[in-house]
Amino acid sequence: MSAASRQVRAWASLLVILNASVVFAGFIAPYAPNEQNRNLPFAGPTRLHFVETTGQFHLRPFVYLVVSTPGSVDKYEEDRSRRYPVRFLIRGARYTIAGFAADRHLFGVEEPAKVFLFGTDQFGRDVFSRLLVGAQISLVAGVLAAGLALSLGVALGALAGFYGGWTDDAVMRIAELFLALPWLYLLLAVRSVLPLHIDPARAFLLLVTVIGFVGWARPARLIRGMVLSAKRRDHVLAARAFGATDMYVLRRHVLPQTAGVVLTQLAVLVPRYILAEVTLSFFGLGVAEPVPSWGNMLAAVQRYDVLTSYWWMFLPGIALSPVFLLYYALANALHEHTALLSS
Amino acid sequence: MKRVVERLLTPALLIAVACAAVAGAPQRAAVRAEDLLVSRAEIGRPGGQLVINQHAEPKTLNPVTAVDSVSGEVIKNTIADLIHVNRETQRAEPALAKAWTMSSDGRRYTVTLRQGLRFSDGDPFDADDVVFSFRVHLDEKAHSGQRDLLTIGGQPIAVRKIDQHTVQFDLAEPRAGAERLFDGVAILPRHLLERFHTEGRLADAWGLSTPAAQMAGLGPFRFKEYVPGERLVLERNPYYWKADRSGTRLPYLDRLVFMPVTSDDAQTMRFQSGEADIASKMTAASFDVLAKAGQAAPYKLVDLGAGLDYSFLFFNLNDLGSSKLPDTARKQGWFRQVAFRQAISLAIDREAIVRLVYRGHATPLWGHVPPGNKVWINRSIPQPARSLDRARQLLRAARFSSKPDGTLVDQRGDLVEFSIVTNAGNSERVQMATIIQDDLRQLGINVHVVTLELRALVDRLLKTHDYEACVLGLGNADGNPNTEMNVWLSSGATHLWSPEQSRPATPWEAEIDTLMRRQLTTLDPTARKRLYDKVQELVAQNLPFIFLVSPNVLVGADKGLGNFRPAVLDPHTLWNVEELFWRQKRSSGTP
Repeated sequence: MSAASRQVRAWASLLVILNASVVFAGFIAPYAPNEQNRNLPFAGPTRLHFVETTGQFHLRPFVYLVVSTPGSVDKYEEDRSRRYPVRFLIRGARYTIAGFAADRHLFGVEEPAKVFLFGTDQFGRDVFSRLLVGAQISLVAGVLAAGLALSLGVALGALAGFYGGWTDDAVMRIAELFLALPWLYLLLAVRSVLPLHIDPARAFLLLVTVIGFVGWARPARLIRGMVLSAKRRDHVLAARAFGATDMYVLRRHVLPQTAGVVLTQLAVLVPRYILAEVTLSFFGLGVAEPVPSWGNMLAAVQRYDVLTSYWWMFLPGIALSPVFLLYYALANALHEHTALLSS
Repeated sequence: MKRVVERLLTPALLIAVACAAVAGAPQRAAVRAEDLLVSRAEIGRPGGQLVINQHAEPKTLNPVTAVDSVSGEVIKNTIADLIHVNRETQRAEPALAKAWTMSSDGRRYTVTLRQGLRFSDGDPFDADDVVFSFRVHLDEKAHSGQRDLLTIGGQPIAVRKIDQHTVQFDLAEPRAGAERLFDGVAILPRHLLERFHTEGRLADAWGLSTPAAQMAGLGPFRFKEYVPGERLVLERNPYYWKADRSGTRLPYLDRLVFMPVTSDDAQTMRFQSGEADIASKMTAASFDVLAKAGQAAPYKLVDLGAGLDYSFLFFNLNDLGSSKLPDTARKQGWFRQVAFRQAISLAIDREAIVRLVYRGHATPLWGHVPPGNKVWINRSIPQPARSLDRARQLLRAARFSSKPDGTLVDQRGDLVEFSIVTNAGNSERVQMATIIQDDLRQLGINVHVVTLELRALVDRLLKTHDYEACVLGLGNADGNPNTEMNVWLSSGATHLWSPEQSRPATPWEAEIDTLMRRQLTTLDPTARKRLYDKVQELVAQNLPFIFLVSPNVLVGADKGLGNFRPAVLDPHTLWNVEELFWRQKRSSGTP
């Protein structure tokens, strides 16, 4: 196995783990994402302790009950009279994983204490839990939208490249039209004509469809070029001479040659569509409250008071960068791998 | 005859001011002594300027046709009225009128004007200007915002000049607190505007490109220059008719500079860095960010407590006819039940709204008169604490039931689900809706929060009626019930839950109509208060609005600003702009 393909494997498996863990968000998150703790708005990350006030050391981390300082809105003190050790597989809010309902959470503490690893937002909702559940929306939206854009792109690109002539002209002119459209404004326009009160699940699907649909042009152009050159190769011409049908030639000889490019494109497009979801939700056009997504969580940072006072509200933005780096590393490795194969 | 004595005037204080003593005043004879009004505020020192941020640029300087609040904020400093409501005491006081009398039947007001006053261009002011001003404000073609207020019992107020300094006003029917009607009615310079009025071009007069020399008013400041997108500057009116106790003519400040700064956050930052001297109507979030600097800050912040604004949730109770919007019409079956509205009201956590949305700078509300309105509030309105159990009881009694998974269904088995619309630009309303959404989830009601651009929202509320529920706010400009006629009369244009009804849809709306009309013509203050108390009771019982909170009025100003006495009434910080002064000499940053 070459170094390039080893890299591809490494990055791809990391990404698979990341996306799979998002499926278990409900289990990993200690709280329900829309559970409001109205006496704990903008509480900072809960401190995990190992040493008690008496100086006694505990191997199992523990937290103290956090209470708001009288007369203030966002200042808190620890009530050190009792410690609450972090427990694993603790019972809590109900959630579903792939249709199965459950109420065990990876970790948590006994009520009334709370463990907010990344603090709370304005309504006292746990940012860590929202970040995980929000990832379900944001990351999955990216993968789905990229998948949609790419399948459309491959289908139309192959059609244009393989048949040429007026089909080619028509598809490519439409693609150019789509490329020339400023996509953010287009999305704003599309979103504004959609029905106003749709439930969050349908809003999410609509969002994915819209951002996936407008993005097919670039991959289509790429695939068309590859199909155009592939169909003139000797073995393709030979297959034709033996009377192979269009479908057979496409499936057997032409499309396999584009696989490397398609995968690389996928790795490049996913982060772009994650960002598209974040951008739309940031502007209040994507997933609606109280369902979390990284974009609508970041929307809170638009406010000056949040911007200056509560650093943990930036975490969804910071979470984006490792995800993007993974995808770009994979795209890079895939690119090298494909280049190696074709040389 | 009831005589209102001028309270602000110390005895025999007719200061004879030689014109030469006034900067820039023309030399030609000031024959008469001026009836100057003497301010009792702290004596200040002249000079300096005040920089004020505005959310947008003013559109006009024409006091008759201006409708937007931004233009109004500027114009208020350039005009004066006959009788003025003191923003601090909330009482009507003499302004250009030295005194006034009311006839015993409450229909005739005789106003005596101050003598020897001049417009900001030096031209003398007398009864002809008053008569002209009212003619303009009452002229249908002039589209004055004041016209409706000055039309009483269906007839415009009749204005008659008695002599050079006396004007008589006749009302078609007695009107309680009629002297307050004069507040904000700008007295216009006949010598400058009569030509425009007779030619029917009044709307074109006094735009932002009009040369300063062609404008004049009786306010403490006059127009100097306008740089589009950058600033609008007003300069001191050297002929202003108020003086301090030492005889110095007001205002103290040389200039007011208005700058357009669109976002709340940008305004906060500019105020924080000292680029703006005064901040009105701050959001609670901005207020708290600024308060973090504590005592060391160069500015002082004031939480004036409950204001006159109130926010509320309401349902679409319009008669939707049969065909259009069948879904909303079906849901109106719930909305129309008082018990349903009461249950919603009981489920809402107002304390959480106060704490989470307004960071403690608000007061929970159960009626439409907020505690900031000390004169008119009915303190016996019940304030039931939040109780989900009682809310559930009410719903059960109204034949709603819960499914095993907790969701609420009506007697036909339909899920109870509706959307709340509010305007996207107002983050506080969006947050309130989010809290209500979570509160009602606990009753098993599924709520969607939908944000709309304000214009689209108003269109849905007042024209198409295509909405289910809405979170909105209203304000009362001077705390008086008369300014709320439009909201509470069933025929009113801002009777939001079902505007412009041809006749009242419910018995209680009919009763409110009667009470509101009666208080309008009742002259005895106690009897009038009783009538309005009853209106408040009816509203609280029937909950066409489910009241949420009244935000506090939050303001701030540079610590060096003297006589800064912010008030609950609008304009909160600039109502005594003529008395404001800088304690130390300041280098002016902006020209």
